[in-house]
Amino acid sequence: MFGAGGGTSSYAEVEAADLILLWGSNAREAHPIFFHHVLKAVADGARMYAIDPRRTSSAKFADRWLGLSVGTDIALANAMGREIIAAGLHDRDFIDHATSGFDAYAAHVESYTLDWAAEQTGVPAEAIREMAHAYATAPNAQILWTLGITEHHNAVDNVVSLCNLALLTGHVGRWGSGLCPLRGQNNVQGGGDMGAIPNKFPGFQDVDDDEVRAKFEAAYGTELNGVPGKHLTLMFEAMEAGELRACYVIGENPADSEADVEHARKLLSGLDILVVQDIFMTRTAEMADVVLPASVAWAESDGTVTSSERRVQRVRAAVPPPGQARHDIDIIGDLARRLGCDWGHPSPEELWDEMRALSPMHTGMSWERLEATGGIQWPCGSEDHPGSEFLHGWLWADDLEGHDPAPFSVTHHAPPKEQLSDEFPLRLTTGRALDSYNTGVQSGGYASPIRYGDAIDVNPTDAAELGVADGERVLVSSPRGSVEMDVRLQPDIPTGLTFTTFHFPELVDANILTNDEWDPRSGTSEFKAAAVRISKLDPEPAPV
Amino acid sequence: MTDIYLGADRATELEEAAVDAALRTRGVDPVVQPETERLYTSGRSRRRERRHFLLPALHALQNAVGWISPGGVNYVAEVLDVPPAEAFGVASFYDLFRTEPPDHEGDTFHVCVDAACQIAGYDDLAASVRASGAHVHFGPCLGQCERAPALFVQGCGGRPDYVPADAEPFVLPQAGNPDLRLLRRIGVADPESLEAYLAHGGYQALRRAGQMGAEAVMEAVADSGLSGRGGAAFPTGVKWRAVAAETGRPKHVVSNCDESEPGTFKDRIVMEQDPFAVIEAMTIAGLATGAANGWIYIRGEYPLATARLQGAIDAARAAGFLGEDAAGTGHDFDIAIWRGAGAYICGEETALFNSLEGFRGEPRNKPPFPTTHGLFGEPTAINNPETLLNVLDIVTDGADAYRSRGTERSPGTKLLCLSGKVGRPGLYEVPFGTTLGDLLELAGGVAGTGELQAVLMGGAAGSFVGPDSLDLRLTLEDTRTAGTTLGSGVVMAFDTSVDMTDVVVRIAEFFRDESCGQCVPCRVGAVRQHETLVQMQKRGALSPVRRELIDEMAEVMVDASICGLGHTAASAVRSALSLGLIGEAPSS
Amino acid sequence: MTAAGTITETAVTLTIDGRPVEVAEGSTIHAACVEAGIDTPTLCWAENLTPVNVCRVCVVELEGSRALVPSCSRPADDGMVVQTDTARVRHSRRMVLEFLGSGVDLSQAEDLQRWMEAYGADPDRYADEDHPVERVEEPVKVQDELYIRDYSKCVLCYKCVEACGDDAQHTFAIAVAGRGFDARISTEFDVTLPDSACVYCGNCVGVCPTGALQFKSEYDLRQADEWRPEDQSVTRTVCSYCGVGCNLELHVQDERIVKVTSPADHSVTSGHLCIKGRFGWQYVHGE
Ligand SMILES: Cc1cc2nc3c(=O)[nH]c(=O)nc-3n(C[C@H](O)[C@H](O)[C@H](O)COP(=O)(O)O)c2cc1C
Ligand code: SF4
Ligand code: SF4
Ligand code: SF4
Ligand code: FES
Ligand code: FES
Repeated sequence: MFGAGGGTSSYAEVEAADLILLWGSNAREAHPIFFHHVLKAVADGARMYAIDPRRTSSAKFADRWLGLSVGTDIALANAMGREIIAAGLHDRDFIDHATSGFDAYAAHVESYTLDWAAEQTGVPAEAIREMAHAYATAPNAQILWTLGITEHHNAVDNVVSLCNLALLTGHVGRWGSGLCPLRGQNNVQGGGDMGAIPNKFPGFQDVDDDEVRAKFEAAYGTELNGVPGKHLTLMFEAMEAGELRACYVIGENPADSEADVEHARKLLSGLDILVVQDIFMTRTAEMADVVLPASVAWAESDGTVTSSERRVQRVRAAVPPPGQARHDIDIIGDLARRLGCDWGHPSPEELWDEMRALSPMHTGMSWERLEATGGIQWPCGSEDHPGSEFLHGWLWADDLEGHDPAPFSVTHHAPPKEQLSDEFPLRLTTGRALDSYNTGVQSGGYASPIRYGDAIDVNPTDAAELGVADGERVLVSSPRGSVEMDVRLQPDIPTGLTFTTFHFPELVDANILTNDEWDPRSGTSEFKAAAVRISKLDPEPAPV
Repeated sequence: MTDIYLGADRATELEEAAVDAALRTRGVDPVVQPETERLYTSGRSRRRERRHFLLPALHALQNAVGWISPGGVNYVAEVLDVPPAEAFGVASFYDLFRTEPPDHEGDTFHVCVDAACQIAGYDDLAASVRASGAHVHFGPCLGQCERAPALFVQGCGGRPDYVPADAEPFVLPQAGNPDLRLLRRIGVADPESLEAYLAHGGYQALRRAGQMGAEAVMEAVADSGLSGRGGAAFPTGVKWRAVAAETGRPKHVVSNCDESEPGTFKDRIVMEQDPFAVIEAMTIAGLATGAANGWIYIRGEYPLATARLQGAIDAARAAGFLGEDAAGTGHDFDIAIWRGAGAYICGEETALFNSLEGFRGEPRNKPPFPTTHGLFGEPTAINNPETLLNVLDIVTDGADAYRSRGTERSPGTKLLCLSGKVGRPGLYEVPFGTTLGDLLELAGGVAGTGELQAVLMGGAAGSFVGPDSLDLRLTLEDTRTAGTTLGSGVVMAFDTSVDMTDVVVRIAEFFRDESCGQCVPCRVGAVRQHETLVQMQKRGALSPVRRELIDEMAEVMVDASICGLGHTAASAVRSALSLGLIGEAPSS
Repeated sequence: MTAAGTITETAVTLTIDGRPVEVAEGSTIHAACVEAGIDTPTLCWAENLTPVNVCRVCVVELEGSRALVPSCSRPADDGMVVQTDTARVRHSRRMVLEFLGSGVDLSQAEDLQRWMEAYGADPDRYADEDHPVERVEEPVKVQDELYIRDYSKCVLCYKCVEACGDDAQHTFAIAVAGRGFDARISTEFDVTLPDSACVYCGNCVGVCPTGALQFKSEYDLRQADEWRPEDQSVTRTVCSYCGVGCNLELHVQDERIVKVTSPADHSVTSGHLCIKGRFGWQYVHGE
């Protein structure tokens, strides 16, 4: 997929943008310091469109907020594409030079008219048109997105629909224009870099590429499996099918974080053996047969992480790990020894050097350089290479530097799997609050005066119809289960939509409600779109 | 543009209605526009276009309920998308805005405690106001020094502000004098009638300017040698040329009608009695500099002048003298009035811009200068109304005729504000070069004991001269040589009965109260200077160490302050010390 | 900046204390002083904030200018002649420092103390027995567990307001209120921080030069007389929360993190963090 692997642009380029599409991202709360860069652009006069079902705190900084219905992103993106083409605002020269599949794309989006998209998304056609024109005509434009795009059953299609827009207008591969997916966790990018994805070796090299595999086999002195592995969601399917019987979980808390969490817990507890390596006694760890206490990566051990702008940076030990907690490297090394492989006691630096010898995009990042600089952005092929602020510059090179042209993709609008019904008439979507993080295991550790709490946000009009008041405890049900929550009246979300965070599983198991329909290509579940019903706990309060 | 957070406080219906009315009459809609349930328009440019309506909105709240309440701030914050903390920061900057619930019912009676009113006995006035059951608030000069002690009534509950003395007929001491130039229409033409203005030569200058063209107008102004009358005496021609040279951005003409220098009231009288002249002159400035936007920033304590100017603007616009193709000159020009809210510093040109723009009235560092970075950061010609008034005759009669009055380096005539112990306090116009003694004679001589002790020249920011200065020729060059200033035209006389220590301590207190507080030399220096003088007053003498300290403090205020307020905060004090008016026995 | 983003810079040459100094166009006089190795006191200036030039401690003498000019904000022009160590300059700097010391508690403002010594400032000479001087005296505001505000230490440098406002955080929870000597940093109507717009990014604390704003962790240690900067190490690492990659400086005393800052010169943060990076470390020392 074009645009895979990492954000094409740097934060500094976002500052220089003339136009920003903030798509399915509440960066103000989920990526606050990235948003500082966005705000610099806005303060300098950049126009910003926020595309999000909720009028989030990020959207409030936008010139226009387009509150599309949950799961209609492709309809909107394809309609923009159609409008750009119809108005003749696409970059013909760039398309001819650097892309393939334009005609098929153009023919496909032909049916995505503004009026049709307006009907699907709930956003007036005029606004879609204006946004399409603004994007196509801006000198520098950035599309920024987060989980609002990826936590859907058709996540990959969502992403490529946005990539199509960049290809259509030439807003990629040059300084100032690009596509920025924001990583939700501090080292999601780094995990991918290091090959912690089922089908890749470090440096995004395919495991089923024989040449690549041979290189790794030679270096590791062992034979490697060339069959791509399973991503998380497939693993759960395999558990269900009884094919996967043992699990070694490092730094994840699936017993709280998976969609349809009750089901996930059942599967985890049915395993033959569950090993959990974590810095916390998480819910998953509590279910484990063996718990391996790890040191806190960013404060108790040395290593690297990679940010959303592909910047590899050093983390360093500042305090000793408590009790029996140990560095992940030592735990894994010992485990290997018990399994009969002696990997010695490599230092983080030695491991890094081994990795960069095998991963061309990291080769130039010596440990000394990482120490001395504020990080280096990959690809960085040699030690005299400064690192790369943006990707895909080859799109603009005369000979495409030997690359195949970037393909347009044909994507189809497909509404959320879970349709609203009379029984479950409200849409529930989830997201983050500023001071909290994921399932709250880390962020619960400090006394935040601004906790958002475990409430469910409901539009005041809906609440009035349901007869529920601000602060009232209600029963929220989805086809998978029910939880009790407090209602919070929230005028910033449209009618028909409800919202909650997922930071407080000990208070509310919101993921009991969420839908585990997932994208077969990315393995991400559709956290963003469940159908729910809100009912009063006590329909007829007893007279006092 | 922001995700502003509003606390739980909500405005009352009365407050909302007052804000809505103030904004609606100015054509302002809320920054955030819900177009449908799923489409909102807002954003930085909508927000920036509306920020300057903060001041009118705060005025509306203050006038409606007598204070700026948390709920009121939240309402304004929401409509204009201004963070409540900033709105509070702005409201709390101004004397005319209260940020605590009023401790009294009804209007607020502001009594001036500055020099002219001090020696005229403001205490008696305050006592009589109190006796009538009204609430007295003591404050700085109200710009009515010729009718000291002065009173200004700030309305509440929707009642308008007023000045009781405005009910009395206006008298110009020099009425009927054929030599008057700037004041010749005053008391002659009805200030509320465009017809009367036209009948007395009004709008001939603009017509002439339209024929001459911008370049020729600017040349005449430059050749006339006209310099600014707001205090700094900067050559007007140079300023206008710099603005005219700027292209590609909107440009502004601002009339600085903040007039808050203690002892100054000339602009008020001109605005009240000849408002069309100010409007016409501004239009000429717009034509010459290529600016389409005119702004009048007028101090909040001038209700009559505000009403007359607004009336003049409305009448002029209706008659085609303002608006598109103003008076057939081919140039678009219109004027809006913004009211200040009680802060001397807002007369400083860059503080004025900040105040008008809806920020705290804190001066900006210069450079850059207003000619390139003025109002809204855009090229701006800012002038005192008296400066502007001179332009009319320069345009109609030419630079040479203008230069036939005054001196080579101070051409023309000057408006002077005579107050304190003189026989006939009031506004006078004399050619530059008139001596101080002759001027005092013109104003009926020294009153009280009849024996002159000192004259305060140029206001609190100016300096004292002694009785030996009666031969001083009132020109820019002579006053500079003599180590004093004409400043804004204040000539305040003190006879031998006045306790000058009281006067000087009050001047020091004035600066302490009026410092914006931004820069350290002035914020702390003005306080320490006042404290030192209070100590002197208590002890009856100033020790040599403290005398030295005053000079040391003065030096840093002059050298390192951001703006003219800090630069001049010690000048009257030091002149009083060196003249022996305070600190030691006068006869040494 | 990459090749594509590079702007060719022109240089200007000015004379400082008799020596020619070359800096890029658009640099300030202060930057030129740094270039020339001249130590210039600053208070309201910071590399990650827009200059507000209010404190005036950095003033220098500029040929042709009647008053002294603030070096922190005045752009260096070709041919400028600047003096940084004349009697006038020293006098103004000393007086500014004295004025500050005479009105607020500078006991925790280490840089200011150093400069006061260097310039021979004597803030006590304004008061004597029968002549008390007005000082800023306010009770410490302890309104939550994250940071405290002690405005009797505030020099009104505006840094916190800028960091909370359009130089970084865009939250605008605090502003300058009041006027003159009574001006204070304040929320609207002085409501408590938890009731205000504050989102506890701590960016105001990060830029405060006097200890007027202080992390609660530091405040508590100071109250217990256990704050020992000389025993502290500072380790640079990366925040463990979202994927932006903010650099953190962990200040560690007795094997415990005691506060978190961010390097002002880092391209990701410019020294600014969010609540999670700033305060979210506490779990490291949880049970
Ligand atoms: C503290 C302070 C207060 C001032 N107040 C006024 C004022 O009320 N009216 C005025 O015209 N100029 C005032 N000025 C001068 C203005 O800054 C500016 O020089 C003037 O408006 C320029 O107009 P002019 O060139 O026509 O004089 C003041 C200056 C300072 C430093
Ligand atoms: S000199 Fe005084 S009034 Fe002027 S900016 Fe400084 S503090 Fe404010
Ligand atoms: S912590 Fe952040 S939001 Fe709160 S006042 Fe400080 S800078 Fe503003
Ligand atoms: S609180 Fe600190 S940062 Fe804010 S103005 Fe005061 S001294 Fe400066
Ligand atoms: S009105 Fe009282 S001194 Fe001017
Ligand atoms: S550091 Fe330059 S004025 Fe404060």
